[in-house]
Amino acid sequence: MQNTLIIAGKEFRSYFGSAIAYIFLVVFLVLTSVLFFELQKFFVVGQATMRDFFGLVPVLFLFFIPAVSMRMWAEERKMGTLETLMTLPVRSWEVVTGKFLASFLFLVMTIALTLPLPIIIASLGNLDTGAIIGGYLGLILLGGSYLAIGLWTSSMTENQIVAFIGSFVICLVLFLVGVDIVLTSLPRWIIPFMKGLSLGSHFSSIERGVIDSRDIIYYLSVIGFFLFLNVRSVESSRGK
Amino acid sequence: MIEVRNLTKRFGATVALDSVSFDVAGGEVLGLLGPNGAGKSTALRVITCYIPADGGSVRVADHDTMTQSVEVRRQIGYLPENAPLYMDMGVIEYLEFIGKIRNLNGPRRASRLDEMIEVCGLSRMTHRMIGTLSKGYRQRLGLAQALIHDPPVLILDEPTTGLDPNQIIEIRELIKRIGEEKTIILSTHILPEVETTCSRVLIINEGRIVASGTAEELAGQAAGDQKTFVTFKGSAETIEPALRECEIITDLSLIESAQGKVRYAIGSNKEEPEETLFNLAVQNKWTLTELRREAVSLEQIFTRLTTQEPIES
Ligand SMILES: Nc1ncnc2c1ncn2[C@@H]1O[C@H](COP(=O)(O)OP(=O)(O)OP(=O)(O)O)[C@@H](O)[C@H]1O
Ligand SMILES: [Mg+2]
Repeated sequence: MQNTLIIAGKEFRSYFGSAIAYIFLVVFLVLTSVLFFELQKFFVVGQATMRDFFGLVPVLFLFFIPAVSMRMWAEERKMGTLETLMTLPVRSWEVVTGKFLASFLFLVMTIALTLPLPIIIASLGNLDTGAIIGGYLGLILLGGSYLAIGLWTSSMTENQIVAFIGSFVICLVLFLVGVDIVLTSLPRWIIPFMKGLSLGSHFSSIERGVIDSRDIIYYLSVIGFFLFLNVRSVESSRGK
Repeated sequence: MIEVRNLTKRFGATVALDSVSFDVAGGEVLGLLGPNGAGKSTALRVITCYIPADGGSVRVADHDTMTQSVEVRRQIGYLPENAPLYMDMGVIEYLEFIGKIRNLNGPRRASRLDEMIEVCGLSRMTHRMIGTLSKGYRQRLGLAQALIHDPPVLILDEPTTGLDPNQIIEIRELIKRIGEEKTIILSTHILPEVETTCSRVLIINEGRIVASGTAEELAGQAAGDQKTFVTFKGSAETIEPALRECEIITDLSLIESAQGKVRYAIGSNKEEPEETLFNLAVQNKWTLTELRREAVSLEQIFTRLTTQEPIES
């Protein structure tokens, strides 16, 4: 546990060691704000709701999060630092959780920086606080799942671009399998199964402000499952 | 301290290590010598628990690398080939990180850190980002990282590559100094390095051990190969028959015959044939202008062992 925190600290600092973190943050915040206010014609409609925001961010996350996670293992492989890291007296799961924790913290920070949006909107009318809390909780859980997937794909390659594309595709597929347009083209019996599996359909129920423990457990299991795969893939290239 | 038993490692069809066994006693500095692709790095990676073996076992300080890997890794300081480091970290920041992971806390970490900077000659680089360091300084930082927790076992994969001649001497001295109290395995293809720093040498080729012993022992094994060079004034017709009659000469070859001089390379069954050869020249009233025995260098042993059939030591 101690080691997890040490590694998380090092990884988190390394985000800010380069300009990349700041660029990510700025691009993400500018994009969400511009898309939110411009495309959604927020001021024209004048509704005090965040529905559009919570519809938009999961899509932006599909690009944003794989970009955050792509280098975390691939770079270690490419630079050979994996060898120094994995011959330190740390367990694989400690390194995996450390890296996840650092990127998760970065994600939460990014999401927190969008909080001025609901505050502005709240000043314009009555806002459904429950839906906002649910939406933000959903974003954090969904983002965490994307991150776990991204870290896993990053651990299997030394090429960051491959890691990016891999996690983008997996996240996209897992998000889309629960979307209505996709579901209508499928046989009926498979629909509940697909909905159960989809990162998207669990999100849409949380986002309505219905915080169901099953949805939370679902996301936590997805995160746990991919972190487990990550430990396996790191161990398969070394001793225990 | 380190026990390697029947260690085998394959990469697909390549057999990187083929049933290698050796021991390293506490306080010993073992040099692993071999040409490119011999399996040196692979052996070190198995010992440091980076990659698992396909067969055989390795024990470090009485811990098995497969079942007690974290314990083994605690005992070891490791400098991998080419000293891989995080380019976007600062020198101090990096050592702090390693120190924390190595469970050094509070004033002990600070004092070890200062000591490493001092010992590895990094004091002028403390404010730098690792990415801006020269190859030699990265190597030093890699060494500092390996030494920071004062490990009983040190594994160094080609510690002096990329260093300038002055740095090479400094690092060798450092290794020698550290080696007085620690168990060290280092790999290299630079022969003088093992002669100056190692108490024992292991020559490996194509995944097998082809020779082992101290540098002198290895040279002794090859004593039969040593040549003595002599040059006499005179002609081959008068000198050669007398040389052929001499009992201690087992091998005679004319190298040069010019300007009234003849030069021979002589193989002898005597370890120091100079005196006999000198007396022979005096008896026959030949003028001797050269008498020089060329000891077999580790280089020659190395070349012979790694280009011919493996010889059991
Ligand atoms: N990860 C790997 N995948 C495939 N083959 C490998 C791998 N690592 C090593 N090998 C092969 O194993 C053999 C031994 O390699 P190793 O790196 O141990 O040699 P070395 O003695 O350290 O050589 P050098 O002096 O060049 O560093 C080589 O044939 C090499 O190609
Ligand atoms: Mg090597």
